[in-house]
Amino acid sequence: MIETHGLTKQFGEFVAVNDINLNVAAGQVFAVLGPNGAGKTTTVRMLTSILKPTAGTARVAGFDVVRQSTQVRAAVGVLTEQHGLYERMRALEYLEFFGRVYSLSTDETRKRGLALMDRFGLTDALTKRLGEYSKGMKQKLALVRAMLHDPQVLLLDEPTSAMDPQSAKQVREAITDLRKDSRTVVLTTHNLTEAQLLADSIGVIRRGRMIASGSFEELAQRFVGDPVMHLALGSAINGTASLIGELAQITEEGPDWLRYRTPTPTQTNPAVIKRLVEHGASVVSLSPLQMNLEDVYLNIVEEDEVAHGHPMKGAKSS
Amino acid sequence: MTAAIQEGEQHTLRETFANALIITRREVRDSFRDWRIIGPIFVLTLIFPLMAQGATGLFVRFFESSGATGLLPAFLPLLPMIVGFFPISISIVIALETFVGEKERRSIEPLLSTPLTNTELYLGKTLAAMIPPLLASYIGIGIYLGALIFGTQAWRPEFDLILQILALTTAQALVMVTGAVVISGQTTSTRAANLLASFIILPVALLVMLESFIMVTNNRYVLWYIVGGLLIVDAILFTTGARLFNREELLGRQLDTINLSWAWRTYRKQFIDGARTPLEWWARAWRAVRLVRGHAVVVILIMVFVFAGGFAVARVRTDLRITGTTMSGNVPTLLLALAARPPGVNAVVEQGVRVVLLATLLSVMSFGVLGVVAPMAPFALLGYVLGQPVWSTSGVESYLAIATLHVLLEAPALIIASSAALRLGMTFTQPNKQETVGERFLRALADCGRLFFGVVLPLLIVAGIIEVVLLPALFGGR
Repeated sequence: MIETHGLTKQFGEFVAVNDINLNVAAGQVFAVLGPNGAGKTTTVRMLTSILKPTAGTARVAGFDVVRQSTQVRAAVGVLTEQHGLYERMRALEYLEFFGRVYSLSTDETRKRGLALMDRFGLTDALTKRLGEYSKGMKQKLALVRAMLHDPQVLLLDEPTSAMDPQSAKQVREAITDLRKDSRTVVLTTHNLTEAQLLADSIGVIRRGRMIASGSFEELAQRFVGDPVMHLALGSAINGTASLIGELAQITEEGPDWLRYRTPTPTQTNPAVIKRLVEHGASVVSLSPLQMNLEDVYLNIVEEDEVAHGHPMKGAKSS
Repeated sequence: MTAAIQEGEQHTLRETFANALIITRREVRDSFRDWRIIGPIFVLTLIFPLMAQGATGLFVRFFESSGATGLLPAFLPLLPMIVGFFPISISIVIALETFVGEKERRSIEPLLSTPLTNTELYLGKTLAAMIPPLLASYIGIGIYLGALIFGTQAWRPEFDLILQILALTTAQALVMVTGAVVISGQTTSTRAANLLASFIILPVALLVMLESFIMVTNNRYVLWYIVGGLLIVDAILFTTGARLFNREELLGRQLDTINLSWAWRTYRKQFIDGARTPLEWWARAWRAVRLVRGHAVVVILIMVFVFAGGFAVARVRTDLRITGTTMSGNVPTLLLALAARPPGVNAVVEQGVRVVLLATLLSVMSFGVLGVVAPMAPFALLGYVLGQPVWSTSGVESYLAIATLHVLLEAPALIIASSAALRLGMTFTQPNKQETVGERFLRALADCGRLFFGVVLPLLIVAGIIEVVLLPALFGGR
């Protein structure tokens, strides 16, 4: 659904996006992470055919972003970083305007618009001028606008940034439903929990380059290492470490607990428990240490810093 | 048509207009919700015409009491023209906001992300900026005329005057709107757009003064030529704006800081053109003549055309007054006198430099058009002057020799300068995707500079020497 090869964008001598290769299939949610100014918005704008790539190619919904820009824009729904509403208009009037732009009939626009407004809890605000909407409501209406013409591809820039937890949940559910409907979603966000929760695959952009991409598990494996297991014992650890050390690499230990790293937990864990039981140790629990995207992301960024000779201050290492 | 100007635009002309009107409808509706626009329009549409009607009464009484009623037909048409002009001045406010206002309010990106083509966006917004003020203007003129016709005033304007004023008002509104939309699409803030609007307001103000003068001097037929000229300017502005309009630049430019050091670097780089010694620079300046080859063809054609025109006029009119002197019978004497007592090298060079500078300045203000007209006008005079002895069969050889020597170097100098000025003026109408308008303008300005100092000025100096030294030597005794 989205395919890019060597996508590059230069503004004068400044390279904003450098050699980005993407392949996002239908029904996938792809999260783009990266610091401010990394090139995320520029990439999205190229995928919307607003910016023309300096080099490389990109196809969105089967259309070339340079030669078939009108078709590309008809096939995508965009939630921009700023909601960009016309504040003197009312919601329905606003949606009807965009409906006409996307060649929808008035009936179709009203039907879809009202259903989406209802879904995001905006029905009560239908007659209000958009200038009177709260920030979160504006963001939700902008999302309704992006979804109005039922696009095959949605490019969402920080979709929940201004929302209260309940609204953010509504949006996350909507994105999950879009995935079920085989829609492709590209999500740029700073909210790592949200990205981990929603994305099938994740890309990290830094200084215009895609420095890492893959599923969360793949990235975790590559940048954080093998899974870490946490073992809690019923008594003091006395000698247990040496028993386990033969089976896995111990990373930390306390008075009655220890952690070990293993590439194959499904094989190692039963062997560890078996050995402990054989030696009379009482096992309270054995569980994988939860990794989150923040750890993975910071490791990715740190590795990139090291590769470029500028170690990042305050970066978390595991 | 411009429907296919932009890459990737595949809508038919009908679709283009239909889609443009979606934008127009929304924006017009939005304008009518903005009291900052509606307030002045209301005042100018309803109150101002009634004030003007009162002024008409004052005019009539003043002229009657002064015994100058004969002047009334010349003065009274000014009022409906002014009544029509004031509401359209509001168009500039709306038009200046068109793109840059949306950009500042951050509502432009969702619009740019839609399948509308650049032409549709541009056309839709241009129409939206024009319709409310133009409607207000027509209503204002209607109210004013209605009050005159059904009121107590004796003056009843003729139908052709009303038609002329409506045409003039429409053409002026078109020019102001298309010009302001071009500015709006090229600036980064409403403040910058408002400052740049003086490039529209000043010429239009001058034009209104000229129109008033034409009306008062009772040469109203000339106003139709002005309407025609304005429509041509409007077409140029619209196509230029549509070509310059670029989604990418609209989102890309964020700052409107004047970068003088960048401007100077760009100018200097083009002016020096990599030359390491003055001699090398001079050689490169001569080679730069190639840059204006295409423009020179246009200039030469115009030169031939105006020369032929002057030559032809000499056959039918022998008594034209030029700078206060009736030319009839004086031409041979004048030419010989000029050859025998030339004005001095300085004067010849100064006159040439003045013409070149004026042409360059006018070119910038007129998309290149006046950059050609001003330096080529003397060739019409030359054609006329040479035509006189030819048509009177009084022996043309000497005069031809004088004229040839006179223009031998001056003409190439003026052709090169005029071509460079034309190229400079046209930078606004021929956008280049690889560089900004500012960059392109600075480079063209630098080319004008090096062609002037490297080629035109030396030619003018040599031409001056020929006029001052050679011509008196050859023809001084005659």
